[in-house]
Amino acid sequence: MVKEENESPNRPDNTAFTQQRLPAWQPMLSAGIVIPGFVLIGLAFIGIGVALLITSRNIQVLELDYTGTEQNSPCFQCSDPDQQDCVCTLQFSINSLFEGPVFFYYGLSNYFQNYRRYGVSRDDGQLYGDLSYFKEPYDQCEPYRFDRNKRPIVPCGSVANCIAVYTFRLFQIVNGQQKEVPLDGKGIAWWTDYNIKFRNPTVTPLRNAFNSTAKPLFWPRPAYELDPSDPANNGFINQDFLVWMRRAALPDFRKLYRRITEGDYANGLPAGNYSLEIAYNYPVLSFSGRKMVVFSNVSWMGGKNEFLGIAYLVIGTLCVVMSVVMLIVYAKFKFPEED
Amino acid sequence: MASPEGAAAAKVKLRPRKKKKSKKESKTRSVYANILGEEDDNNPNRHYADNKIKTTKYTVLSFLPKNLFEQFHRFANVYFVFIALLNFVPVVNAFQPELALAPVVFILSVTAIKDLWEDYRRHRSDKEINHMDCLVYSRTERRYVEKFWKEVHVGDFIRLRCNEILPADVLLLSSSDPDRLCHIETATLDGETNLKQRQVVRSFFDLDCDFDPSKYNSVIECEKPNNDLNRFRGYIIHRSGRRDALYKDNLLLRGCTIRNTEEAVGIVIYAGHETKAMLNNNGPRYKRSKLERQMNVDVFWCVIILLVMCSFAAVGHGLWMFQYGDKRPVFDVLSPEGTDLSPVLSAIYLFLTMIIVFQVLIPISLFVSIEIVKICQVYFIHQDAELYDEESDSHLQCRALNITEDLGQMQYIFSDKTGTLTDNKMVFRRCTVAGVEYSHDANARRLAMYQEMDSEEEECPSRGGTLPRRDSVGSHHSVKVVLRSHSTKSHRRTGSRAEAKRASILSKHTAFSSPMEKDITPDPQLMDKVNECGSQMDFMRFHSQPMSQLPSDLGDIMDFFIALTLCNTVVVSSPDQPRHKVRMRFELKSPVKTIEDFIKRFTPSRLTSGSNSSSSSSLATNRSSTKGCSSTLSSPSAESVNADGGAEHPNAAATCQPSSANHIAVFLPVPFCRACFQGNSKGKRQKKIIYRTQNYLNQYAADGLRTLCIAKKVLSKEEYACWLQRHLEAETAIQGREELLFESALRLETNLQLLGATGIEDRLQDGVPETIDALRKAGLQIWVLTGDKQETAVNIAYACKLLDPEEEILTLNADSMEACSLLLEESLHYIQAKFLCGSAKAFHADFAPFHIYPSSPPPPPHWSSSHAAVHRLGLVIDGRTLAYALDRSLEDKFLAVARSCRSVLCCRSTPLQKSMVVKLVRNKLKVMTLAIGDGANDVSMIQVADVGVGISGQEGMQAVMASDFALPRFRNLQKLLLVHGHWCYSRLANMILYFFYKNAMFVALIFWYQFYCGFSGSAMIDQWYLIFFNLMFSAFPQLITGTLDKDVSAQTLQQLPQLYINGQNSEEYKPYMFWMNMIDAFYQSLVCFFIPYFAYADSDVDLFTWGTPVTTIAVFTILLHLGVETKTWTWMNWLSICFSVALFFTVALCYNASCPTCYSPSNPYWTMQRLLQDPTFYLLCLITPAAALLPRYFYRACQGTIFPSPVQVGRQLDRLPAKDPHGNILSLSGIQTGARPDPERKSSVAKDPRRPREESQRPDASLSVRIDLPAEGGVKYTKNSQERLSVG
Repeated sequence: MVKEENESPNRPDNTAFTQQRLPAWQPMLSAGIVIPGFVLIGLAFIGIGVALLITSRNIQVLELDYTGTEQNSPCFQCSDPDQQDCVCTLQFSINSLFEGPVFFYYGLSNYFQNYRRYGVSRDDGQLYGDLSYFKEPYDQCEPYRFDRNKRPIVPCGSVANCIAVYTFRLFQIVNGQQKEVPLDGKGIAWWTDYNIKFRNPTVTPLRNAFNSTAKPLFWPRPAYELDPSDPANNGFINQDFLVWMRRAALPDFRKLYRRITEGDYANGLPAGNYSLEIAYNYPVLSFSGRKMVVFSNVSWMGGKNEFLGIAYLVIGTLCVVMSVVMLIVYAKFKFPEED
Repeated sequence: MASPEGAAAAKVKLRPRKKKKSKKESKTRSVYANILGEEDDNNPNRHYADNKIKTTKYTVLSFLPKNLFEQFHRFANVYFVFIALLNFVPVVNAFQPELALAPVVFILSVTAIKDLWEDYRRHRSDKEINHMDCLVYSRTERRYVEKFWKEVHVGDFIRLRCNEILPADVLLLSSSDPDRLCHIETATLDGETNLKQRQVVRSFFDLDCDFDPSKYNSVIECEKPNNDLNRFRGYIIHRSGRRDALYKDNLLLRGCTIRNTEEAVGIVIYAGHETKAMLNNNGPRYKRSKLERQMNVDVFWCVIILLVMCSFAAVGHGLWMFQYGDKRPVFDVLSPEGTDLSPVLSAIYLFLTMIIVFQVLIPISLFVSIEIVKICQVYFIHQDAELYDEESDSHLQCRALNITEDLGQMQYIFSDKTGTLTDNKMVFRRCTVAGVEYSHDANARRLAMYQEMDSEEEECPSRGGTLPRRDSVGSHHSVKVVLRSHSTKSHRRTGSRAEAKRASILSKHTAFSSPMEKDITPDPQLMDKVNECGSQMDFMRFHSQPMSQLPSDLGDIMDFFIALTLCNTVVVSSPDQPRHKVRMRFELKSPVKTIEDFIKRFTPSRLTSGSNSSSSSSLATNRSSTKGCSSTLSSPSAESVNADGGAEHPNAAATCQPSSANHIAVFLPVPFCRACFQGNSKGKRQKKIIYRTQNYLNQYAADGLRTLCIAKKVLSKEEYACWLQRHLEAETAIQGREELLFESALRLETNLQLLGATGIEDRLQDGVPETIDALRKAGLQIWVLTGDKQETAVNIAYACKLLDPEEEILTLNADSMEACSLLLEESLHYIQAKFLCGSAKAFHADFAPFHIYPSSPPPPPHWSSSHAAVHRLGLVIDGRTLAYALDRSLEDKFLAVARSCRSVLCCRSTPLQKSMVVKLVRNKLKVMTLAIGDGANDVSMIQVADVGVGISGQEGMQAVMASDFALPRFRNLQKLLLVHGHWCYSRLANMILYFFYKNAMFVALIFWYQFYCGFSGSAMIDQWYLIFFNLMFSAFPQLITGTLDKDVSAQTLQQLPQLYINGQNSEEYKPYMFWMNMIDAFYQSLVCFFIPYFAYADSDVDLFTWGTPVTTIAVFTILLHLGVETKTWTWMNWLSICFSVALFFTVALCYNASCPTCYSPSNPYWTMQRLLQDPTFYLLCLITPAAALLPRYFYRACQGTIFPSPVQVGRQLDRLPAKDPHGNILSLSGIQTGARPDPERKSSVAKDPRRPREESQRPDASLSVRIDLPAEGGVKYTKNSQERLSVG
């Protein structure tokens, strides 16, 4: 009988690859590897979790709701949608030094900036300062593309249209006197937004570029007059505008309003009483939203958020628990491999 | 030469012009010679296709529309295009419309490029073929001129030279061969390398001078073009009005090669696409695998999930809109017209938007990925060195590319016997002449030596004994007895293995298959008789005595050998002919001389070729009669070689007309049937011979030899003339020729005089018993369907361990439907009684996992039907009974019996019955079937089965051509199924599950987000990531894993065939697994969504700065998930995963840095760059995948310990030190039976439960249910004919 001779085949290449004999690592889920591995990972996670938690605990946050739905709220009067140019003042006190730099956010809840049709309703070409889009805005901007007189709206679209233009003034009450806390409005938007993504048309003066265009319906002032105090902060590179145009991910969001970095407050807000003057001009009751302001300082990992630390702790603990469970399992069903 | 047409497999299209032909031509085709002078537009042949072939599918213009049209036949493509187009509708669009088209266009263009390339190759090969040269007779120049193939037309005369390829189907009109023969090689058509003889049309037979086309003026009437290679009917009408029949032996088919013939001339009958070769060119078959069918169900579920998710979102959106009532929130956007959208309308719009957003759930790349993976798998199977057979220099061919994973799920194997289990090398073992047995012991010894030869590498010493004896025989004769067998000598082994190999390769191209078949050591006793016979004849010739005075025993021997000689093909050729193939040269000068030669010639002849030879074409008779049969016994020097077709037709009759007597002897090799001989058994001696021969035949059969009887019949001249007359009539008939020829054969085959019988051994292939044993351990049911005799089949079955001597055998032989029904009933009762009483419980505990329906749930303990269990029973059924059993009324009973038996053996089954059995089992039991065979008689069975495997063996290529996989040897089946099948199945199953998981997980992220964006269809994952996720970021690792992952090593898989049950029961991919994966996907997506959600809650994060980490985390999780599921990590796995991660970040960084305004509406400028500076991002990337994969990992870790699946146990085995794997396996199985609580799992890997636990459990008596009804003459003939149909 002819014996098999497989060692020297003519046709198939006898390589590790073609014969599927590539050296391979087999991650065997066995006790020897899994249990120490789990313990190690668990301990590492617990370590990270503790560090995160401590960091997060050190961050101070002050949230002030001024929606004005409650009777006793100072802004109760202003929450009436019919009220125009209402100003309300919020009093609060800080017990200990609020370490700087302090970030001053405004918050909105139940506001769906991530609503799809809202989100697509913008014209990036226009915002890039491209004048051709001034005449013919992107059609996704409908119905905020042309006004009734068929003039193109600049900036067009829903996102720009319903910008929340806030005016907050913060005062520290020192001996009964109101001492205004300087608010730094520079650099609150992304650097790339300010310098690259958004541009004003290279027309001087800026307002000429906006000839024969209309301002968005909800806007009190045209784009080139957004900040009367700082001519460089107008048009599409207005910091507040930039912040608003970066759509929030979730319906409850906050956006950076100002930073407190100057003067006496460079080290933070000292303990004491403060009053916040709010130009209440954005009705939120129609969508049962809430408005708030938030003072917060930040750490290396961003704002206050205990969740991540807790998550690490939980997962780390789970890993350790699982390794214990597995230890018991292995003890019970001893596998012949360990013989 | 490789078939050019074969390479250009394409649909053949007949010219539409043909339809215009008038009605009277609809049945036959008339071919006139083109030289008759008709003008071109008046040529009667002008309607026939010309010889230009075009197998391409497309032209430059039609490519795009046609290709797209073809691609859109796939439903998935239509779906994806529909979704992409939906994006162009502004109200519902979700992505940049152009971007949404990208994946579809990519997929379509990849396929289109592939098609284009294939078509271009076809075009090139067409062009090459069309421009080949041939000699065509030119009317104007009155000589043969060179023309391109494409310029050949029907009716042209073509001159063919040796080794030329035929350009068209040509009717042979002249040949330089003195016998008016033309040899062709049909390897390109059927792969057979032996030469076939073709004959000049009879009316041109006697032409002395060269054929002159200008004098030809006949008309040929023949059938329409068809694809039957073995049929050609027609007649030629001469001017004189004479009609001559045309046979397939007159037709030279396109693609064949002329051999051994200097020159031939023929007229073109069919050209181009109408040639039989082209009509036989069908495209590759498309089969859908079981896994794919299962997958399609789950794709359907995905669609349902998709619709549910979309509806949910749509309803949610409607409610969300509704809650605001009339007060529109500021962020709500009015319709472009400035009007309010009603909640209902926006819900409907949203539904469509969601379909676009969630489209990833139906994975566009799944189908493409599966195809890629399968091609890679096929490549690896192809490359496997163990599936390579050195002897035949062939390796496995995968002809079907898309059913690799089916190999891992087989449940039933239907095997042919001859050539599949056995070598199909017919080795002469013994013979009996006139009731005397010649055992050829020396030959047997010599054969035994051959078997050891390879291991010892020594020359067989017995050869030394054969040669001198042969010489002595030769010298004994006064006539010049020259055995010029130098090619035989060249084949003779000198002991070295290399030479043996070369010889065997060489032998492929010659008439013989192996030296084993050629060298015969004659039996000394027979030798003496023959020598005596020779001397007697010399004496008689010398004294001018008539032959009839020979003693009867010597006469019988004489006749016996003459019959053997005449009934076989002998091709005579000489080595000095240029470029001819080396052939055994062989000249027969004397009938006596043939004694020895016949043995040599006889053995290789394919006595049992399965070809449908019911026609028993008595060509030899024919030829000998036309030639006047010059061979006489009294003039031994005359050439007596005129036998034809013996190789193809075991029943071919050869006649010989002794000039000295007024009688014609007809010699017939026939299957033994008493009826044929009974009429003639008046003589006491003849009776004795019949009696003894039958005894010997039974003995041969018991030894597993194939038997053939040799008989003769002496006819008077009148009888012969009468028979010949009717036979010629039958031959010339166009309608029902086969039946008439069969009847004609029957008329002759009565009252025969039995001369003797031969026993030919067809040895088992190497490793067949081991393979069968392993396959059986793997839970496969093996049925053998053979055309062989019951005794032979049973013996072979024992030899190859299909039947166990300890096993009971149920033999079913019935002569009528009623008997068959009764028999089946009885067997059923017997099985029930035997295996249910007493030991029922024990048996069911043992056999529980081996249900016939592996997918069915395990039976409850009180299971009382015997149907479920496989008993230690063998079933043997013969063809006639099978025919009854396959009747609609009995098939259920038959199946009930058959599936209770461990092995089933169907003998004497016709090709049709074979396929019916396969079909029955496949359809009724809903199991996966594999058919394996090597011959043309297995083709139908191979085509019917889920997977058809062909053995590229001795019987040509028909089986291989029809098969999905072609193996060199049966033994290779073990590795193909147990290793490659298992791997392919588990790889693909895991990949498909992973695909579903992956897409569901990714899409679910967006779904959760809908709760936070007012169900508005907004996605925090950037559209680019969403669209390219499947195509780029997660594509490569799964392809690598799907191609390379090995759950268990090849070695362990072969040592533990039980692991194969894993695939049979579809354990890698059960329906619930889809849902488990879905649940896991939803869990993981919840983790991947909510950890970032809470981590970024109360922050000023914007949409895409938040969405990008989610995407990143998801990509990490998905890749790591694959990592958990990957069993073997090679460097390619590492590389692919690293590459995917790198690709993701590269794309993200480039994309986020490239253009600040282009990617409306997301515009994620500088997002990734900014995130990379954010520590939270890294912290998220660490914690989230860990949290997401923890449960799965934990489950896997525990499962491997507490309740490991058999496959996992196998994997553990792989890691054991290799010193004593077998001992480990044993210890393992012992431990498992003890340790594992789940009884269902227990026995699947552990001990093979079918192995008898206790000897005492088995009944000791062997059962044989047998009904032998008395035979009647008519029935015998049926049996006889069946034999013809299906031998082998």
